Amino acid sequence: MVFQGIGASVRRKEDVRFLSGKGNYTDDINRPGQLYAYIQRSDRPHATIDSIDIAAASAAPGVVKVFVGADIVEAGLGGIPCGWQIHNQDGSPMAEPMHPVIAVGKVRHVGDPVAVVIAETRQDAKNAAELLEITYTDLPAVANLTDAVKPGAGEVHDGVAGNICYDWAIGDKSVIDGVFASAHKVVKLDLINNRLIPNAMEPRVALGDFDTSSGDWTLYTTSQNPHVIRLLMGAFVLHIPENKLRVVAPDVGGGFGSKIYHYAEEAIVTWAAGKLRRPVKWTADRSESFMSDAHGRDHVSTAEMAIDKEGHFLGLRITTLANMGAYLSTFAPAVPTYLYATLLAGVYKTPVIYCNVKAVFTNTVPVDAYRGAGRPEATYLLERLVDVIAMETGIDKVELRRKNFIGVDAFPYQTPVALQYDSGDYQTTLKVALKNADWDGFEARRAEAKKRGKLRGIGISTYVEACGIAPSAVVGSLGARAGLYEVAEIRVHPTGSVTVFTGTHSHGQGHETTFAQLVVDQLGVPFDQIEIVHGDTAKIPFGMGTYGSRSLPVGGSAMVKAMDKVIAKGKKIAAHLMEAAVEDIEFKDNTFTVAGTDKSKTLTDISLAAYVPHNYPIEELEPGLDETAFYDPKNFTFPGGCHIAELEVDPETGVVEMINFTAVDDVGRVINPMIVEGQVQGGVAQGIGQALMEACIYDSSGQLLSGSYMDYTMPRANDIPNLSVATENTMCTHNPLGSKGCGEVGAIGSPPAVINAVVDALKDYGVRHLDMPATGAKLWSIIQAAPSSGNAPAMAAE
Amino acid sequence: MAQVTLTVNGKQHTVEVEGRTLLVELLREKLGLTGTHIGCDTSQCGACVVHIDGISVKSCTQLALQADGANILTIEGLADADGTLHPMQEMFREHHALQCGFCTPGMVMTAVDLVQSHPEGLSEKEIREGLEGNLCRCTGYHNIVKAIAAAHPLMHAQAAE
Repeated sequence: MVFQGIGASVRRKEDVRFLSGKGNYTDDINRPGQLYAYIQRSDRPHATIDSIDIAAASAAPGVVKVFVGADIVEAGLGGIPCGWQIHNQDGSPMAEPMHPVIAVGKVRHVGDPVAVVIAETRQDAKNAAELLEITYTDLPAVANLTDAVKPGAGEVHDGVAGNICYDWAIGDKSVIDGVFASAHKVVKLDLINNRLIPNAMEPRVALGDFDTSSGDWTLYTTSQNPHVIRLLMGAFVLHIPENKLRVVAPDVGGGFGSKIYHYAEEAIVTWAAGKLRRPVKWTADRSESFMSDAHGRDHVSTAEMAIDKEGHFLGLRITTLANMGAYLSTFAPAVPTYLYATLLAGVYKTPVIYCNVKAVFTNTVPVDAYRGAGRPEATYLLERLVDVIAMETGIDKVELRRKNFIGVDAFPYQTPVALQYDSGDYQTTLKVALKNADWDGFEARRAEAKKRGKLRGIGISTYVEACGIAPSAVVGSLGARAGLYEVAEIRVHPTGSVTVFTGTHSHGQGHETTFAQLVVDQLGVPFDQIEIVHGDTAKIPFGMGTYGSRSLPVGGSAMVKAMDKVIAKGKKIAAHLMEAAVEDIEFKDNTFTVAGTDKSKTLTDISLAAYVPHNYPIEELEPGLDETAFYDPKNFTFPGGCHIAELEVDPETGVVEMINFTAVDDVGRVINPMIVEGQVQGGVAQGIGQALMEACIYDSSGQLLSGSYMDYTMPRANDIPNLSVATENTMCTHNPLGSKGCGEVGAIGSPPAVINAVVDALKDYGVRHLDMPATGAKLWSIIQAAPSSGNAPAMAAE
Repeated sequence: MAQVTLTVNGKQHTVEVEGRTLLVELLREKLGLTGTHIGCDTSQCGACVVHIDGISVKSCTQLALQADGANILTIEGLADADGTLHPMQEMFREHHALQCGFCTPGMVMTAVDLVQSHPEGLSEKEIREGLEGNLCRCTGYHNIVKAIAAAHPLMHAQAAE
């Protein structure tokens, strides 16, 4: 039999349905009598809504109902809640303004819902929306971070002075200032982490249904975490108890964070379905996705490193402005604090770190976690800063990293910014990446490229991230309003096949395959007799969903724990059947054996006895073989590694061609190498996208300029090089699988490697730093403006 | 409303449509062929690619009425009737060329046309350029390129049989 347990590149169970057009995405679902919602969105960044005349729209063909903000006020709907509360330096809580599901009185970003037209067809609803007469009075808008914090800037929310959501810090200011006062040298870098739009290929969809006989609501939605949506929407917005509300997230076409959050449209269709006694469906146009999906990144930072004569890092001092957008999305406040500042030690033993973060409201779409969330921002900042230190001290950039690495014997390593890394080996991932990328042969390749008139550059990034989110008590003390455990139910059926119910959600990660491999490994059940069920609150006990590379380290660990319970119960049944002591029963390869004898029973013998308990210890043991476990992780997990980018810049055009990309990551135990490689490849492509082409642009008035695929540059096949992906793993020490998670590493490690390579390519043009994305136009301008004039590179001065 | 008659995956349909109905809407909403996806509204993403008379076309850029009399192949019609996957589908699976699966139907239909129209062979660069009209956010394209390269000899060997 082909090995299909842990470590095998098993081909995916889910692929046949996706390849045959038999996927079941939310927009593929239709309910009898279904109506369609069209959401009229604000075309103003900031305005008072003076009047909305719905008469003509309401009378238009096919229209069933038009809802506006006043209707949700009258119905007593709650605002969209925020799942994380950060406290200011003075101990007071962050500003947390109301986020109504339909704008009430004011609009605060382009895309803010103003009215909802519900009609018999999508086209009827769209047509009728054209007849809405809405009058606004424009208010001063703040479109970006630096404008929003200027004195006298317009205020996004009344009563939130200076647009500051919170002013938070980690570390001791007086201690860090002392380090800087006595340092040999200080290297300073101002940098921007560009705002991105996640752009999962499936636009968001929500379909609300109401069962008039039972009084139950069902929401079908494009979510990474249906239980979280049920909790947030049911408890805070619609006031529907869990027993009356089912949330289904079927096949979901990518998330990358953007489908974690509870969105207004989910509440609107669910509420409207109950009001109208008919199903109501909303499907986003891509244009709507651009102005309503939570965006990512968007930091403006100043970073300073104090170093000694040898280049040892003595202290790191950082100030960051982080954009929250117009309202607080579900996890938004946590991203620039506990997913960012706590990662600023990186892979280095910097002893003292201080970081001040001001989170800022602007008249833009809410910003929240996007693949990596906070950790790409921390990694980019650090790895750019380290390269600039190398440039300014003359220390080799690899050597500088090596001498500051946390040593392999230093684990568990307590950083000065709260986290304790459990394991890692940064020297090894670095060494292997340098070899795989042929780092030593680079100068010859640069010289060859120069003959062709191309500027070749190489860039490196060494990183660590924190994922496997997260220990509940820890995150609770940091402001999380939820626990972040995970849940698994293992149902061994009477004839020995297994169904796993997991609270995580697969939207590309291949859980139906990898999770089945865990069952093959632990219970010895054949791969094709295992089914993984996710995405339905009516089937799964509970769950916190999929994000923060948590599904395997947390969700997989819950499965291991539940399977341990199955085995423990199975041993009791086996002991009874074989008239032996429980302590003498061993379980291996699907078989319970009395130790030291040839007496054995298969798992199927045991499950059959459990469901047909004729000869069974019925006094001591319940029938059935179905176990549930909640697993709360003991710590975050800490994947890390080294990424190397090699590229060429055409000095005539400024256009970058990616030549090679090498990733060597430490993701802990690998269940399915093929899937891990795919996750890293995808993450790297998003990182290359951020570094070279992607940018969400608002003009100074708050209009979204990059509002379609004609304006927002997505990486296409020809933009991405062949990707060399490998792992060098150390095991996570605190979960039963040893796995760390692999979903985000690609997007975290890659952007600084690419920008470091661009700066390296332009080294003869006096470039110290440039902000992402490194577009052709930007590089061309830099080359043109270089003191060497024209576009001929100055001769290297070294 | 007007009538359009077209053959989809070997089966003839006559459907009432509005003048503005797009081919992709006809496929998804009138015929229930939801394997063809809608990923954008500017004809940039390629999730909706089908074959019209053997040529890959973005079905969001065609009015349903324009397809009158056409022979259309969608992702649902690509495998054999007994469920045997087309070599392109098989190679996508073998090389892990899909993750969330949303771009996959359009990507596969584009890839089939690309391979069919290049019997002489396809370089990696030609494959990447041939995918210019299809966006994938999950895979980084690496494995899609590998899958198409692997499907090329299989498809042309099959065609020669």
